[in-house]
Amino acid sequence: MWSGTPLFPQGASTIAGRVDALYFFLLAVSGFFGLLIAGLVVFFAIKYRRRHPNAVGTEVSGGLALEIGWTVLPFLISLIIFFWGANIYFAMSRPPDETLNIYAVGKQWMWNIQHTDGTREINELHVPVGRAVRMIMTSEDVLHDFSIPAFRVKADVIPGRYTQIWFEATKPGRYHLFCAEYCGTRHSGMTGQVVVMKAADYQTWLSGGAPEGSLASVGGKLFGDLACNTCHRPDSRGRGPVLAGLFGHTVQLQGGDIVTVDEQYLRESILQPSAKITAGYQPVMPAFQGIVSEEQLLALIEYVKSLSTPQQQTMPARPDTPTSGGPAR
Amino acid sequence: MRDDTLHHPALAHHFDNLEQQAEAASLGMWVFLLTEILFFGGAFLVYTVYRHMYHDAFVVASHELDVTLGTINTAVLIGSSLTMALAVHAAQTGSKRLIQLFLIVTIVLGCVFLGIKSVEYAHKFREHHVPGPYFQFDVKYVREAQIFFSLYFVMTGLHALHMIVGIGVMLVMLWHASRDRFSPEYYVPIEVTGLYWHFVDIVWIFLFPLLYLIGRHGVP
Amino acid sequence: MEVFPTHHYLNDGYGIRSWLLTRDHKRIALLYLAAITFFFFIGGSFAVLMRIDLATPAGDLVSDDTYNELFTMHGIVMVFFFLIPAIPAVLGNFLVPLMIGAKDLAFPKLNLLSWYIYILGGLFTLHALVTGGVDTGWTMYAPLSTEFSTTRVIPAALGIFITGFSSILTALNFIVTIHRMRAPGLSWFRLPLFLWSTYATSVITVLGTPVIAVTMLLVGAERVFHFGFFDPKIGGDPVLFQHLFWFYSHPAVYIMVLPAMGVISELVAAFCRKPVFGYSFVAFASLAIAILGFLVWGHHLFVAGQSVYASLIFSMLSFLVAIPSAVKVFNWTATMYKGAISWQTPMLYAIGFIGLFTIGGLTGLFLAAIGMDVHLTDTYFVIAHFHYIMVGGTIMGYLGGLHYWWPKISGRLYPEGLARLAAGIIFVGFNLTFFPQFILGYLGMPRRYHAYPPEFQVLNVLSSAGASILGIGYLLPMAYFAWSLRYGKVAGSNPFGATGLEWTTTSPPPTENFAVTPIVTSGPYEYPSPVEKHVA
Repeated sequence: MWSGTPLFPQGASTIAGRVDALYFFLLAVSGFFGLLIAGLVVFFAIKYRRRHPNAVGTEVSGGLALEIGWTVLPFLISLIIFFWGANIYFAMSRPPDETLNIYAVGKQWMWNIQHTDGTREINELHVPVGRAVRMIMTSEDVLHDFSIPAFRVKADVIPGRYTQIWFEATKPGRYHLFCAEYCGTRHSGMTGQVVVMKAADYQTWLSGGAPEGSLASVGGKLFGDLACNTCHRPDSRGRGPVLAGLFGHTVQLQGGDIVTVDEQYLRESILQPSAKITAGYQPVMPAFQGIVSEEQLLALIEYVKSLSTPQQQTMPARPDTPTSGGPAR
Repeated sequence: MRDDTLHHPALAHHFDNLEQQAEAASLGMWVFLLTEILFFGGAFLVYTVYRHMYHDAFVVASHELDVTLGTINTAVLIGSSLTMALAVHAAQTGSKRLIQLFLIVTIVLGCVFLGIKSVEYAHKFREHHVPGPYFQFDVKYVREAQIFFSLYFVMTGLHALHMIVGIGVMLVMLWHASRDRFSPEYYVPIEVTGLYWHFVDIVWIFLFPLLYLIGRHGVP
Repeated sequence: MEVFPTHHYLNDGYGIRSWLLTRDHKRIALLYLAAITFFFFIGGSFAVLMRIDLATPAGDLVSDDTYNELFTMHGIVMVFFFLIPAIPAVLGNFLVPLMIGAKDLAFPKLNLLSWYIYILGGLFTLHALVTGGVDTGWTMYAPLSTEFSTTRVIPAALGIFITGFSSILTALNFIVTIHRMRAPGLSWFRLPLFLWSTYATSVITVLGTPVIAVTMLLVGAERVFHFGFFDPKIGGDPVLFQHLFWFYSHPAVYIMVLPAMGVISELVAAFCRKPVFGYSFVAFASLAIAILGFLVWGHHLFVAGQSVYASLIFSMLSFLVAIPSAVKVFNWTATMYKGAISWQTPMLYAIGFIGLFTIGGLTGLFLAAIGMDVHLTDTYFVIAHFHYIMVGGTIMGYLGGLHYWWPKISGRLYPEGLARLAAGIIFVGFNLTFFPQFILGYLGMPRRYHAYPPEFQVLNVLSSAGASILGIGYLLPMAYFAWSLRYGKVAGSNPFGATGLEWTTTSPPPTENFAVTPIVTSGPYEYPSPVEKHVA
């Protein structure tokens, strides 16, 4: 019965080892203080047990040094733990520049995964080993949480906005994917598998999917179907801003605020265009709230992102169009 | 002890004297008002967060509120605070007739406030400014304006509820006054009623500018 | 041979009216004791059903929905109707006037009213329970609670809303009483530490509870009138709900555990027969916890979409709040040094508390470290951690206090041998139930899971086995306390030879508590030194 019972989880990401190291440090600190207190309490209880019904204790006076000592010492130890934990958290919250982006949409009670090449899967996530993966996630209904214990990462998945996690898997294998934020009846059924594959296997696996073409091309088709292209024209004569080369750069809004064009901004600008109007344009775009689904939204965003890289652009790039920072793949 | 209040009929058995009893009652009311501040504070916090997030929508939506009625109501309420203070003063000097007079005026002013408030609510119903499936608004702000009006109704509704409670308490005080329960030695119930009423007044002094006035000068 | 007093609060009037209309703080404490015990066994039976269900990976006993309702109702009942009121409303109500030498609390009618408010809130919760239950989790996160759940959210939220006012009124009563009604000579630094922690708890209650009340109101308005506060479809922010919820519910943790800390200070002093080491540090630690406790709510939101910098600040502050708790533990331990330590039941609970609270506190450090918390949050590690604080802390303190003051409450002694056995069973059962959950949590088993992967079964079976032992441990005191009411030995006014004004009056005390108002001339816990005693 015990043979199949793990007492320590698998670690299969670059961050797992760092989390485990802090865990062992915390175990050591806890063990030390736990045993110290328990030992003292039991020792005193025996040594100073009441030997006579009328006995009273001996008052021990003083102790300011002791009080200061056991206030400062825990403070110093907790400072160490704080910085250690914060350090790991920084690494978790800052994906590297170059990541493989995968989208996830949670809904009661399943995970919809979309790869940029158009491959879709449900409750399974295939990723290559040794490559940083960034998950961009949202929910269609209630709160969910995308949790992969073997990678030591999780993040809430929130309706109405994008959240992200990133990880780099280190060992091929199958790992648990859990929904960790309670989401209603079948919460405990909202689980799946993360399949980590060797790079070559991953390529083979990818080539088997994507009947509809890449996510960006699906988005491009949608871009035409929704008549976005009548205003967002590739040249600057349209009624809407030129989208090519926009992603990852900043735009100035009416009122002077400057925002960076990221997934969240694109999402908001499609659903509620009037909220943040680019300076120099009229608020003429209709709101697409309730018209496009979360999956379609992701396709549109992926399409706009694809316009950033010159070679995928449908129209020739203007010479001054900034190109994205990363090396071409 | 020369204290002749030791046998005062209003002295509860577990207090040493009337002074201790009065101190306890007024401290009790202050602690209660602290709770009330945090109660409204939660709603004010939600207001602040969303006003920051949806500034323009809140400005546009606040233009739908009737500033004239709001201003009249503010004056009515400040007036009622004055008469409440006068009622407490009358209690200190032991004038039963004046206590009754000022309590009645305060109650009437409170009812005037609630009457005007219900006129405003009725307007909102007619204009479909009540959040929910029948909400109608400038299509550009139709989402965020619902948050504004949700906050409007909840915050002014809670405030009105507090006023109704206050009016009820004052009716009880009126009944006690008519039975000669109060004297210059013992008027702490009137005093704490006054504290409560002033608090309700102050809540409105915050609600009125936040909901009606801020952003009024410039239409986006 | 001790004699039972002829006049006391229990025989000052008979019949149902003399109880239901009483204004005596001691009788109101017993009304609370009855109501709270009732809710404890309701909440406990839900826990037992859950643990039986979790003995198999597929969760064969109940359906998904039933399981979700079980953990929701377990949480609501235990938090709002047992843990929060337990020590303040039962022991606090009974002891605050006795400990300060007063005849009653400042507002006796309000005190009775708060019991009725508690009962009204309880009735709404029971109504929600019998008409189908609630499945949102006790945290009632939007938009699940505001839009998607089809269960009885409104009566449950009303129950929480209403019972909150019961806590507020009790806290208000304590604050005013401690400020205004202390006996002559009883200065702040002569107060027993139980009163310091009760005072700190009351301040948190008064400041925190109204926020959950207004939050529940917003949830209700959103559900019933389709108002919009947290609905993402109209631009509402579900994370804002979490901020509001935890602004109360994290301080609520201290509302639950601070009174228990106060009880432990009393127990350690009484059963070591010496003053609490570092009295003023322990007293101020209570206030520090009360203040810092309001500044750490964001550590529940490390993975909830909160900004990185907000998380860093909340993490730092969470470490700070751990320090006064550590100071308390060190001081209790130091108090035992050179004590005359009795091994009577209340002291066993105190020792159990120190051990379990230490584990609970240390595992809190894991969760306060953000990088660690990302892996651990929403797993069984969190469940284990807060049960070590709530059950290992609060309930150990509550039971220890109940045993210690039972002779004062009832005038009779509980059976010592049986009580020690029960304390041992509870300690063993508790650790067997919750220690395996730490391991499950680090393995990654999410909380609120009705079914789980089979490799987690062994640890779950251990936990379920522990829960059944724990259940028996909790039934025993019920039985022997009831038995002792009739058959227990007459206690006398001070059976443990302890200091404190409550031990200077008869057991059970008369309705007016003291024949003459006591005058206090010394600090708490001043036991005669052995030499003096010898000379005397």
